[in-house]
Amino acid sequence: MPEDLNWAIGGEAGDGIDSTGKIFAQALSRAGRHVFTSKDFASRIRGGYTAYKIRTAVDPVESVVDRLDILIALTQRTVEENMDELHEGSVIIYDGERTTMQDLEIPEEMVGLDVPLKSLAEDAGGAIMRNIVALGAACEATNFPIENLDESLEKRFGGKGESIVENNKEAARLGQEYVAEEFDHDFDYDLETTDDDYVLLNGDEAIGMGALAAGCRFYSGYPITPATNVMEYLTGRIERYGGTVIQAEDELSAINMALGAARAGARAMTATSGPGIDLMTETFGLVATTETPMVIVDVMRSGPSTGMPTKQEQGDLNMLLYGGHGEIPRFVVAPTTVSECFHKTVEAFNFAEKYQTPVYLVADLAMAVTEQTFPPEEFDMDAVEIDRGKVVDDAAIDEWQNEKGQFQPHLATEDGVSPRTFPGTAGGAHMTTGLEHDALGRRTEEEEVRLEQVDKRNRKVETAKNEEDWSYREFGDSDSDKLVISWGSNEGAIREAMEFLEEDDISIRLVSVPYMFPRPDLSEDVEAANDVIVVECNATGQFADVVEHDTLTRVKRVNKYNGVRFKADELAEEIKNALAEGTEVEA
Amino acid sequence: MSSDVRFTDFKSDKQPTWCPGCGDFGTMNGMMKALANTGNDPDNTFVVAGIGCSGKIGTYMHSYALHGVHGRALPVGIGVKAANPNLEVMVAGGDGDGYSIGAGHFVHAVRRNMDMTYVVMDNRIYGLTKGQFSPTSREDFETSTSPDGTHQQPVNPLALALAAGGTFIAQSFSSDAQRHAEIVQQAIEHDGFGFVNVYSPCVTFNDVDTYDYFRDSLVDLGDDEDYDPNDYDQAKEAILDRSKEYQGVIYQDEDSRSYNDRMGLTEDLSDIPEGAPEDAMDLVREFY
Repeated sequence: MPEDLNWAIGGEAGDGIDSTGKIFAQALSRAGRHVFTSKDFASRIRGGYTAYKIRTAVDPVESVVDRLDILIALTQRTVEENMDELHEGSVIIYDGERTTMQDLEIPEEMVGLDVPLKSLAEDAGGAIMRNIVALGAACEATNFPIENLDESLEKRFGGKGESIVENNKEAARLGQEYVAEEFDHDFDYDLETTDDDYVLLNGDEAIGMGALAAGCRFYSGYPITPATNVMEYLTGRIERYGGTVIQAEDELSAINMALGAARAGARAMTATSGPGIDLMTETFGLVATTETPMVIVDVMRSGPSTGMPTKQEQGDLNMLLYGGHGEIPRFVVAPTTVSECFHKTVEAFNFAEKYQTPVYLVADLAMAVTEQTFPPEEFDMDAVEIDRGKVVDDAAIDEWQNEKGQFQPHLATEDGVSPRTFPGTAGGAHMTTGLEHDALGRRTEEEEVRLEQVDKRNRKVETAKNEEDWSYREFGDSDSDKLVISWGSNEGAIREAMEFLEEDDISIRLVSVPYMFPRPDLSEDVEAANDVIVVECNATGQFADVVEHDTLTRVKRVNKYNGVRFKADELAEEIKNALAEGTEVEA
Repeated sequence: MSSDVRFTDFKSDKQPTWCPGCGDFGTMNGMMKALANTGNDPDNTFVVAGIGCSGKIGTYMHSYALHGVHGRALPVGIGVKAANPNLEVMVAGGDGDGYSIGAGHFVHAVRRNMDMTYVVMDNRIYGLTKGQFSPTSREDFETSTSPDGTHQQPVNPLALALAAGGTFIAQSFSSDAQRHAEIVQQAIEHDGFGFVNVYSPCVTFNDVDTYDYFRDSLVDLGDDEDYDPNDYDQAKEAILDRSKEYQGVIYQDEDSRSYNDRMGLTEDLSDIPEGAPEDAMDLVREFY
């Protein structure tokens, strides 16, 4: 287990919590420390409790734990919300001078550092910098070199002018000095720095970066939590490569625009969350039956309906696997870490074009908003390979025309994948339709043609099953008869839970599955195990159902659906409890 | 693009299944003529169609084409045009497709002013579902779903377009072949969203808004020397005057700058060069 420190800043939405947390996270990352962040936020612009939490260590960290060592509390509620995680020796930095803070109570066993954040900030040039004063105070309490914070402040405020940067540095310094001078206390924490290089990013950003690396040149979307960051990331960056982002009037429009762009030959993507997927589902069928390559990102949040927009859940799997009327060939790819969000996005584009199908890329809120450090080599742009599939140019067009010289966009080939022309290709003009169609793309209700086209579309999935590597990520004791199966962002927490379990001499094998459809065959793994536990953030066990269906074996379930991601220590207990249950569930 | 393209090159070998006498024949012929006259050919043309009788147009024309879902043809066209501005993009729909289920997209397509053409075949009835009232049906129009009238005002598509900031608003009559083709051609040539509402009579289910009705009531603004389509106030007056049926370019903003132009969209985005772009690692470095 890494020697880690858990840090948080909390207050009301609008207090600058998020940017302050990010500044500190970047400072830690730049100092060669690993960082894993999490956010408690409410669906409102101002007011209400919000917090940004950082877990940091010299070794990689991949989950959150129930412990808080340093807390910057801008409100009393911040202390109350985190009381369970605070412990003897936890340091709480607060501002006793603020009138609204007069009642802020710090439990005796904790170290309360009453720092005049506001007045020190005013000394440095403005009350708005009180959070930065608090960061300086936190640096002192953790023996963290404030120079690392300076770099982060330069990055953050550099665009606003030198004096703003200097004022912020001064604010941090005043906070640090105040703690050093006023509190005669020997702090327990020592944030050592290293020479390692890391980048710090979240899942939404990794998806956006993956899209750019994959050659995505068109993005259309409608703002929705927690997927909006994908659009915000691409806006302003996609143009560097000639591409464009269109903010559509709704999700119906967003997916149809992407469809148009994809048919024009661009690599096109849209991203949304569950409610948006609902709206897109009609066109999803059109995308599939017109065999248009497209990537649709679903960043899951708590449902149903508007549910809990700012909370974690993995409740959309059934919709992604089965949503839409009729039978629709599709791919569902589910990255398991922030860095996998990058790689799987690239892969999703290749699947889409190779097989001419829509690809759902599914992430969950916990992964999408979590910032995590990685060695930059994990995002190797030069290693990105682009496969555009069966694109036919002017020269090769003759091969794919019928005897009347008409291009056949839906020709039933052996592998199910048809030739494709981009508009502008001479001799390649063709139509396609959501109606059942023939090889030319024209409407038909002929029984034979219907069978041929349905079989052709489904054959693509069979081809992909054979041609691609539907592997999973594996961790822990490969010989263990205790198998834990996971998807999405739970991987990190389970990996860390495994270390807790080791302390109790429980070794498990973790299989983390990044492909929901097509997916790896887990039959042998399940058969070889005595205990099979599927861990997921939903109430009913949607992936567990799939595993049972595939392997014809009952599995145990560990589910969490209160809106909060799994924590490593809590998960260790849950897994222990599940192992203690009987092995067979009554059918 | 070749100069010897004839409008028949835009015809497919599929025979239309529209009812004999349907206004859509004339609407489509005019579109094909306008495309040929503006120097386009089937391989650089993308036609997007909606649902209903009008939606069949992609089958009967020869070009790159997509027949989409009900009401969503415009966003598809916008995506095509953004991804490859070199293509001539024409979207065709009916009054139900464009002003009912797709009304939201219509308003936003107008205000986005993408450089494309939108032709609506307005027959004031739902034909393919066999005779229910449409958003442009008259208030007293009796149909299978409005036995004693619709009890609602018909939408004024031209006013909707004007209110949304339309830069090219026109109306034509499918039977007046020459004039209709001319108007669609002007819409294509317009730098921005060229919107043409075409009276395209349904001979089977609408016995009110007939060829005779339009022939008798149409006023061609092109014949009026005092009418200036660039004059917003005049256009507003004509559009809000529902006592007459107008034909012609009713409003055109001479200063129109298309979305493509504003956004600097000039490239064909289908092209992705091999290998990572030179500055790709900058994307990673941003996260240091």
